[in-house]
Amino acid sequence: MPLPALTPASIVIGATAVDWRDAVRISGAALTAVGSAKPGYALEMIRMIENHGPYVVIAPGLALAHARPGPEVLADGLAIVTLKNPVPFGHPHNDPVRVVLALAITSIEGHLESIAELANIFNDEKTIPALAAAVDADAVLAIMTALA
Amino acid sequence: MKIVAICGAGIGSSGILKVNAERVLHKLGIEAEVTAADIASVRLAASDAQIILTSAEFVDAIGATNADVIVVVNYFDQQELSDKLLAALG
Repeated sequence: MPLPALTPASIVIGATAVDWRDAVRISGAALTAVGSAKPGYALEMIRMIENHGPYVVIAPGLALAHARPGPEVLADGLAIVTLKNPVPFGHPHNDPVRVVLALAITSIEGHLESIAELANIFNDEKTIPALAAAVDADAVLAIMTALA
Repeated sequence: MKIVAICGAGIGSSGILKVNAERVLHKLGIEAEVTAADIASVRLAASDAQIILTSAEFVDAIGATNADVIVVVNYFDQQELSDKLLAALG
């Protein structure tokens, strides 16, 4: 599958999150807003981090929140949340998080194609700071589409 | 050579490690089969692997293994991956 399309509704700029759970919850709400996931998916993403630790902070300032495919996922989807104030996830090197990517996929089969597109975008070290500084959804869309 | 990328769900982060490890190995001219798996299936997935790529959080859960366990900090830093893979491969 190609990388799920971002829409302005799946992008939240300058969100205020009190902690990492709140940040993940906001990203889950964005997936719900675009019809990609049921509200319970946010809890599943939070549970992944509770169970396995803050490994989802895969690069400085960036969390890739996700859970497994399942009944809470309605369609492949991607959401991006930038945080007004960075929040720590407890990661020893990559905290604090300024950008949360939330990914929902319906099936593991074929998802590596979209993951490869994410790698294309984020292997450019300028991407995360540029997203964190984006002033509106259009700016985020421009960054994400220019590099994919 | 077999390399396994391990994360919590076996999707997402381990997928990024797989994709970027393949790119780095290609640049280095090293032939390897790279797969992604979740921590629950690490015993099976990594039983014949030479290298396991993962995050610090999973090192304890991976436990005793004959594979070299490489802890990756920045999944998008191909230089870090390249340096650590080369060090592990001696």
